[in-house]
Amino acid sequence: MSMAERVLMKGNEAIAEAAIAAGCRHFFGYPITPQTEVAAYMSKRMPKVGGVYLQGESEVASINMVLGAGAAGVRVMTSTSSPGISLMAEGISYIAGSDVPCLIVNVQRGGPGLGGIQPSQADYCQATKASGHGDFHMLVFAPSTVQEMVDLVAGAFELGDKYRMPAMILSDGMLGQMMEPVALPEHREIEDSKEWAARGHGGKRAHNVINSLYINPQELEDLVKARYEKYAVIKEREQRAEEYLADDADIIVVAFGASSRVSRSAVDMARKAGIKAGLVRPITLWPFPEKFLAKHADHAKAFLSVEMSMGQMVDDVKLAIGCRKPVGFYGRTGGVIPTPKEVFDAIVKTNGGVQR
Amino acid sequence: MTVKGERPHALLDVPLHYCPGCTHGIVHRLVAEVIDELGIEGRTVGVASVGCSVFTYNYFGCDMVQAPHGRAPAVATGVKRARPEDVVFTYQGDGDLAAIGMGETVHAAARGENIVAVFINNAIYGMTGGQMAPTTLPGQVTQTTPYGRDVKTAGNPIRVCELLSSLDGVALAQRVTVDCVKNVKEAKRAIKKAFEYQMAGKGYCIIEVVSTCPTNWGMSPKDAIQWLRDNMLPYYPLGVYKDVGEGGQ
Amino acid sequence: MTDLNILLAGFGGQGILFTGKVIAYAGMMEGSEVSWLPSYGPEMRGGTANCSVCLSDRAIGSPLVVTPDVLVAMNLPSLEKFENDVMPGGLIIVDSSIIAKKVSRTDVKAVYLDASGIAESNGLKGAANMVILGRMFKETGFCSEENLDKGLQKSIPPKKAALIDSNRKAIRLGMES
Repeated sequence: MSMAERVLMKGNEAIAEAAIAAGCRHFFGYPITPQTEVAAYMSKRMPKVGGVYLQGESEVASINMVLGAGAAGVRVMTSTSSPGISLMAEGISYIAGSDVPCLIVNVQRGGPGLGGIQPSQADYCQATKASGHGDFHMLVFAPSTVQEMVDLVAGAFELGDKYRMPAMILSDGMLGQMMEPVALPEHREIEDSKEWAARGHGGKRAHNVINSLYINPQELEDLVKARYEKYAVIKEREQRAEEYLADDADIIVVAFGASSRVSRSAVDMARKAGIKAGLVRPITLWPFPEKFLAKHADHAKAFLSVEMSMGQMVDDVKLAIGCRKPVGFYGRTGGVIPTPKEVFDAIVKTNGGVQR
Repeated sequence: MTVKGERPHALLDVPLHYCPGCTHGIVHRLVAEVIDELGIEGRTVGVASVGCSVFTYNYFGCDMVQAPHGRAPAVATGVKRARPEDVVFTYQGDGDLAAIGMGETVHAAARGENIVAVFINNAIYGMTGGQMAPTTLPGQVTQTTPYGRDVKTAGNPIRVCELLSSLDGVALAQRVTVDCVKNVKEAKRAIKKAFEYQMAGKGYCIIEVVSTCPTNWGMSPKDAIQWLRDNMLPYYPLGVYKDVGEGGQ
Repeated sequence: MTDLNILLAGFGGQGILFTGKVIAYAGMMEGSEVSWLPSYGPEMRGGTANCSVCLSDRAIGSPLVVTPDVLVAMNLPSLEKFENDVMPGGLIIVDSSIIAKKVSRTDVKAVYLDASGIAESNGLKGAANMVILGRMFKETGFCSEENLDKGLQKSIPPKKAALIDSNRKAIRLGMES
């Protein structure tokens, strides 16, 4: 692929354009700050590329439109912000229980409740553990730059299709609203070839049923277990993370998305101050990149989870390293973005002071 | 009532789970006959709802999607927008369509979403064992209106066809029943017209079928039919509430 | 230049976000890493607008400018709110046609510019933001003059290309102020 000319783009708009480039022609959504640019961009672009943009009457309706279009076998997405995901929880559970692929974008804001509209990462647990009722997972990707938002969209669609499951881009108000230079990918044609889809059997096969209801408990257990075998394969194959100065680090900062950007600056400050700090930045939140953390558990003295929440990822870090080293936490919440200095101070504290 | 003739192709050869005297079976057959007559089974996608009709995906031979409770119009919207060449219908009960799914119903209708809603109104929740529905009649005894529905506290029933007929996006809103041969024939004509309207791109069509629930009404099938005539039809009069006609869009 | 963190603040409608975009684009043309982060939400409507722009030769960490090297204040609340956050040795550009108050700090460079007056007397009403941009360019030299002009062109959509000239003129006035 040729390197396209770089343009300045908001994260929200870049995600939308990347989805179109990845062959998505169906978008259903409902306005909510700070993600509305995704919908606005789609409403402008979809008619120009022969696609469908439809504003649902609610997030509840929108996610079910996604279910319908996904069940019919097309590449489909929605986007919303935190309170909207709560409303979509029902539909997400049905989508997972019906093995329908789709892309869900969450441009997180502060919560709980109506919360605020400033950036947050407090939907980590919701995204990775409890996006709705029942036993299931979504693929969850956490970009940290506008370019990475673009780059992860196509992959999220592809893995969703490959494993027949919903995928989420877990963004936040900062990444959604900020502009950075970005190179957009070439547009791709995708095959309309999902044999399992409910799109009319044409008299050529038995009817396809897209369904999540199994009255017989044994049947449901078997199905869920089969799905968990698939999840095990995904955990084995699809973990992704970026490591920065981690190989010789005494203190490993673990941070994703917006907080990872702040943490990277703080790691640089720590290195200058003589502290061997490093960063492991999860790119997949589910599957959680355990391997990328476990391999540092021997040489690191301690881990520090830095989040824009009250520490929702801490337990996952502890599990990933088998609790072999202490795991500290520094975070801000409610829409507050931590400063590099704050994170640097937390690194110093974790290190037991500055070393020269 | 004896139903003559062979099983329609669009109705699969499996036993239905419905109670004796329930009218779901008749309506299933009518929908399947219409699909057969129009020759569209291969490009029809049905959307099952939640309630007694939840298992329709096991009964219709066309491709099927099972929707969350009340969300069938939104799911059908997604299917239809993804596959505009397909014929898409929902099959919903009164709780699904007019209680939990009223928002989705009204907005799909207002958008003129090009889908058909087959709406079974039997004035009660069947699947969960006979609780009050949005169409339960004033004074009607159900498990959750044990002293009869008191409209002062439990509110009034909703006449769905009348309500939706005010929306510009609706192409056809008709109430039918299946209590006798004549009405069964009329019901089938209405369902067929709704499918034809969709194929002509006219917009949202709803066929409300006033139905019985002998089990939860606590009656014999025969008494249930009589109760329907004596109580349901006066409150829910049969007829066409909106029809844009052959030339309408 | 290694890092330049800029905070632009004023009322909604003064072109704060646009000014930031020109700077970011110019920085990009210069080959710097850049980020642009607006304040967003209800506070923008009729209230204050601000915008963080980071220019760096390395990947940008937090795009939120908390301790700016350059503060552009286009209304009094912005000056009062952000003056104390400016890095020692930093620069504060004050639109003196709107703000009567003086910068109280002595460890920063303060520039007072009658930006609205300059713009209006040259028939460029509403281009005070570009006058300030021209002055900021003169003070910091954050990019080449050629790239500043490219940044301007990139920031104006083709449909509004007619506006490039007046903006260019206003930037020039700022440079010569």
